[in-house]
Amino acid sequence: MGHFIHHAIERIRQHRMLATTAFLLVFPFLMPYETLAINILIFGLYAVGFNLLFGYTGMLSFGHAAFLGVGSYLTGIAVVHAGWPWWAAIVVGVMSSCVAGVVIGYLAIRTRGIYFSMVTLALAQIVYFGFYKAERWTGGENGLRGVKVDVISLLGFRIDFLNPLSKYYVILVFVLLALWLVSRLLNSPFGAVIESIRENEKRAAACGYNVAQSKLLVFVLSAGICGLAGALRALHLSIVPIDSLHYLQSGQAVMMCLLGGMGTFLGPFVGAAVFLYLEDVVTNVTRYWMGVVGLVFMIFVLFFPKGVWGTTLDWIARWQRKYAGKEGL
Amino acid sequence: MADLTLQLLALQLMTGIALGALYALLAIGLSLIFGMLTVVNFAHGAFFMVGAFFGVYAMGLTGSFWFSLVLVPLATGALGLVCERFLVRPLYGRGIDYPLLLTFGLSYVLIELMRIVFGIEGLPSSTPPELRGSVNLGFGFFPLYRLFLIAATAIIVLALWLFIEKTRFGLIIRAGSRDPEIVKVLGIDIAKVWLMVFGIGTAIAGLSGLLAAPTRAVNPEMGIPILAESFVVTVVGGMGSLPGAVVAGLLVGIVFSMTSLFAPEYAEMSIFVLMAVVLLIRPQGLFGKAGLMS
Repeated sequence: MGHFIHHAIERIRQHRMLATTAFLLVFPFLMPYETLAINILIFGLYAVGFNLLFGYTGMLSFGHAAFLGVGSYLTGIAVVHAGWPWWAAIVVGVMSSCVAGVVIGYLAIRTRGIYFSMVTLALAQIVYFGFYKAERWTGGENGLRGVKVDVISLLGFRIDFLNPLSKYYVILVFVLLALWLVSRLLNSPFGAVIESIRENEKRAAACGYNVAQSKLLVFVLSAGICGLAGALRALHLSIVPIDSLHYLQSGQAVMMCLLGGMGTFLGPFVGAAVFLYLEDVVTNVTRYWMGVVGLVFMIFVLFFPKGVWGTTLDWIARWQRKYAGKEGL
Repeated sequence: MADLTLQLLALQLMTGIALGALYALLAIGLSLIFGMLTVVNFAHGAFFMVGAFFGVYAMGLTGSFWFSLVLVPLATGALGLVCERFLVRPLYGRGIDYPLLLTFGLSYVLIELMRIVFGIEGLPSSTPPELRGSVNLGFGFFPLYRLFLIAATAIIVLALWLFIEKTRFGLIIRAGSRDPEIVKVLGIDIAKVWLMVFGIGTAIAGLSGLLAAPTRAVNPEMGIPILAESFVVTVVGGMGSLPGAVVAGLLVGIVFSMTSLFAPEYAEMSIFVLMAVVLLIRPQGLFGKAGLMS
């Protein structure tokens, strides 16, 4: 039995994308309702994008709501004001987030450490106020309404986007593509470079890597992935709330990432699931969700800095080492 | 007409200085904690908010503004002491991000606590009776309370400067921010110093909340924009620099009030644009040292 489990874990480790895909295919049937599963998909992707920067490159951004929000708003604007088809709107949303990533990233990577967190937070506030004031395009305080996409039609297929289950699978396609991209990226030499920047920036530079360029590139990639999450969210909600650009939304990425386990591939996704599931349960019992999540977050920072997933991975690795030692493998 | 515009400009400048005084005070608290503990207190805005709530509550209870002026910093300072001792201290030596993340979580809890105690609507605040009305400054009438705000900040900054530059404890603070290891070797319990500094920093945050209460709405979320704005001031002035905090605070306040005069649409954005410009020209801030950021 131990032997079988040991091998199964090794297999899953080698084919993490396949395992993730298989799990996410049945995931909506494990949740109390489909909308929660859709939310977890979208925010999982948001947290994964954020983790690329925080967990892997060691840059703690407190302004990632800017990219989620820009992705959402520009997708919404393309649908509502320009009347573009859904797929073109997603492209517009993601591209806009990348552009925002270039501008904010260019300014923010001039600073390091804690300064970086403060600067990203402040720059995200510009975006917030900008969209808040541009009422004609964004609806201001009320948010952008009427991002209506009822039917997804592609290559002759017509998928009902109002049915939550089929909506889940449409969104899943995009999320899996993005996850695959991140997985490939992390296994590539570039993935090794950004981790070396996290471990020791000076040494990475001494090894001949262009640190500033790599930082900007990973910043833009992270922005793009969060932008995709935003674009999907706009289509899912059919409205873009102004809250998507708020400071607390940036904080949510940080929380999800740490709750799940920063610097692990699936940790942020698990974190998003835990966060949203907890929110769903807690808000049924008490109105004080914000206090509860703050408390849980502090407990994790103090006692489980590796998060749910990171701690689980540690346990599994420890069991495997013990088992391998016993069997003489 | 030209005369009138000049008058308006002068008044707006004064308004900017009054706002800037508040920013300066906030940035000093933030800078003090960072300079000493290398902790960015993300709960600074929350302590500001708690100070405002305590202030309004204490004024209602005692009826005296001056009494709460003493009481509130003591209360928020004590809260800060508890937080440092039991929450931040276990995280020293575990990487610079962890205390930051912890104070971020703490801000959520503090906001919720105020919601539970005082309700989500917040409290109505008013200017203390003895500071109502306005004063003729020669170029126009200016609210007395804002004048008081400027004077109070000047006194606090002066007292703090004297404390840090002229007292024995201040000497330890200065030495500790330069090299905590050596201070420890010299037989000083640095953990106690850090505790005190965190307490002083949060006391100042609470005090600025109390001072700001009559000029703005007191609600549990009031600390969130303030946090972002005090970060702007700290980035513009340079982290860990006291003169930097004062100059940048005033600068940011004046930029805000001038933009609200000429282009009110962009008032909130203007200070962030100022920060972006400073970042482009001088990433370490106006008074910051280049090495401090890494």
